[in-house]
Amino acid sequence: MLLSYLPLLIIALFGAGAFYASRARISAAPQRSLPGLPGHYGWYGTLWTVVPATLVYAAWTIIDDRVIRNVVLSDFPDLSGAAATLLYVSIENAAAGVMTDDVPMASVELLLHLENLSAAARFALVTAVSVLGFFWGWRRIRPELTARDRVETALLVALFIASIIAILTTVGIVLSLVVETFRFFQLVSPFEFFFGLEWSPQIALREDQVAASGAFGAVPVFAGTLLITVIAMLVAGPIGLMSAIYLAEYAHPRVRAVIKPLLEILAGIPTVVYGFFAALVLAPSMRNLGVDLGLTISSESALAAGLIMGIMIIPFVSSLSDDIMTAVPMSLREGSYGLGATASETIKRVILPAATPGIVGGFMLAISRAIGETMIVVMAAGLAANLTANPFEAVTTVTVQIATLLVGDHEFDSEKTMAAFALGLTLFIVTLALNVVALRVVQKYSERYE
Amino acid sequence: MVNVSALSDPQPKLVARAVSVYYGGKQALFDIDLDIMSREVTAFIGPSGCGKSTFLRCFNRMNDLIDDCRSTGSMLLDGSDIAGPDVDVVQLRMRIGMVFQKPNPFPKSVYDNVAYGPRLHGMAPTRGDLDEIVETSLRRAGIWDEVKDRVDQPGTSLSGGQQQRLCIARAIAVRPDVLLMDEPCSALDPIATATIEELIDELKSEYTIIIVTHNMQQAARVSQKTAFLNLGRLIEFDETQKIFTNPSEPSTQDYITGRFG
Repeated sequence: MLLSYLPLLIIALFGAGAFYASRARISAAPQRSLPGLPGHYGWYGTLWTVVPATLVYAAWTIIDDRVIRNVVLSDFPDLSGAAATLLYVSIENAAAGVMTDDVPMASVELLLHLENLSAAARFALVTAVSVLGFFWGWRRIRPELTARDRVETALLVALFIASIIAILTTVGIVLSLVVETFRFFQLVSPFEFFFGLEWSPQIALREDQVAASGAFGAVPVFAGTLLITVIAMLVAGPIGLMSAIYLAEYAHPRVRAVIKPLLEILAGIPTVVYGFFAALVLAPSMRNLGVDLGLTISSESALAAGLIMGIMIIPFVSSLSDDIMTAVPMSLREGSYGLGATASETIKRVILPAATPGIVGGFMLAISRAIGETMIVVMAAGLAANLTANPFEAVTTVTVQIATLLVGDHEFDSEKTMAAFALGLTLFIVTLALNVVALRVVQKYSERYE
Repeated sequence: MVNVSALSDPQPKLVARAVSVYYGGKQALFDIDLDIMSREVTAFIGPSGCGKSTFLRCFNRMNDLIDDCRSTGSMLLDGSDIAGPDVDVVQLRMRIGMVFQKPNPFPKSVYDNVAYGPRLHGMAPTRGDLDEIVETSLRRAGIWDEVKDRVDQPGTSLSGGQQQRLCIARAIAVRPDVLLMDEPCSALDPIATATIEELIDELKSEYTIIIVTHNMQQAARVSQKTAFLNLGRLIEFDETQKIFTNPSEPSTQDYITGRFG
């Protein structure tokens, strides 16, 4: 085991040594105006010593398992597929000291031998590449070398790779969604999915079970998401905006310094805590209230989930809106007050129009949060896919359905699991479209100060 | 030595008596007495931090916007109080308009900028009335010919000098008696400054103007009376010509000749 991490230690030590050696080399050179500080030459040496060796280490580590496996299994040419995998796993277990029966000892020894050989070879190769890299860099360290530019370029490449990783991850996620969704639509027609009014994704495990065929009409699920999001925004929008106006325009700085962090705590409470508060406190008391008022409010209702979710996302609206309103220049306020406007007139006619882009941004963030919220809805609104606009009834949302579809033991190629990907992709497209539209609206109608 | 009585007309437009202003525990203005005459330009000069802007902002109560700022003494506009707690600040600011150091048009169209005050105060019952107010104000601010074809464009798209004249038009659209100008040319180039100075000269036939300026030539060019403030005190207040040719106080002399400030 030690041998597998030893090369990395060697690379680190060599890299550090290369830094000081290279720096010393350039400092010893006849001094004139150098295209870089001594430290740049040091980093240049380090880069040549570390980067190629690390790449070799990574490449070897990725490849060697497969090579060893192929060599070991080449003694068993008539095995393939799952049988080969099974055999290889038991050989590996035996090599790791877990004794199993019926393992060809020759193969176990071959495996151990090959693993040791690989580690030793990797150690030798990495050390060699590192030393070669060091000397390659060392030879090039002369006063003519534009070390500053080279090191800056290396940094640029590193930063670029970091940003690419994030983008590639997103692309990967979207692609996996698209592929699974495509497979789902081969089993269930898109027409049924997008326009079907019944959602009951229960696939029978046995042929004779009831409800043997599932129904995959996603309309009730999306309607549930819409209903709960609308309720949440009806709570969070006005309360968040008004508290932002109070904080930005009326509150004394000392009051603001206390209230703002307290409000932001709301966003930090785990959603599951909101969920059981909604399920155990709010929903029952709403049902009792409903009884008093002569209304039928089910104990799991869209209203309970939406209200609690609205409370949770207040800070997304208020905090961002408050920041944006505070950023509106004082000179605009003074201009308005100087014309005899009151505080509320100034807010309505100058501050809010100037702050609209940021406020819409806060609303979008809150909406995305509401659409993506799962836990509160599971606990407070239930799982029943009712197609209803009545907030007193139980509904379910897209994210809740995705979660329930993927929880538990299922085959990963059944309609049930693939439906989750279709829901996810649709949700992704919907939120993306929402964001794009909002961005356009903001760009078109915002009043820009400077 | 502040010679107030020698300057006092029977009907001063604005009167300040024993005005002191404090920011928290720090006193910024000390017992200032001053009379501002109607339809004249009065300039406040003095080194940075001497309190001239603070004093200017007392006239339309803009210091109310600053949390820990309080003032004592009495101030009168046409004989009625403007400093007391019962004064209607909205009415006061309609009568005393203000132009700021940096042009601060609202991020709205030229038209909406000028129409802002009249709309607030319900001064124009019909669209036609509003159009008339906007046009008259822009004309009076000497910018109508430049913007008449683009009153729908954002005010922020104008040049700095045009923006400042737009702000002047915005201020006079609510028909004030007094215009307070807080270094109105300090963010402008010399040509735009000359235009604003000409405008100030024209406006004084209808408005009482107080201008704070760092530029002594500007004070000499546009004002009839000049007040010199230093370290929160009014040092000297007199005819502009006298201040700049034969000041009574040695420190005024020093400031004008550039020995400090």
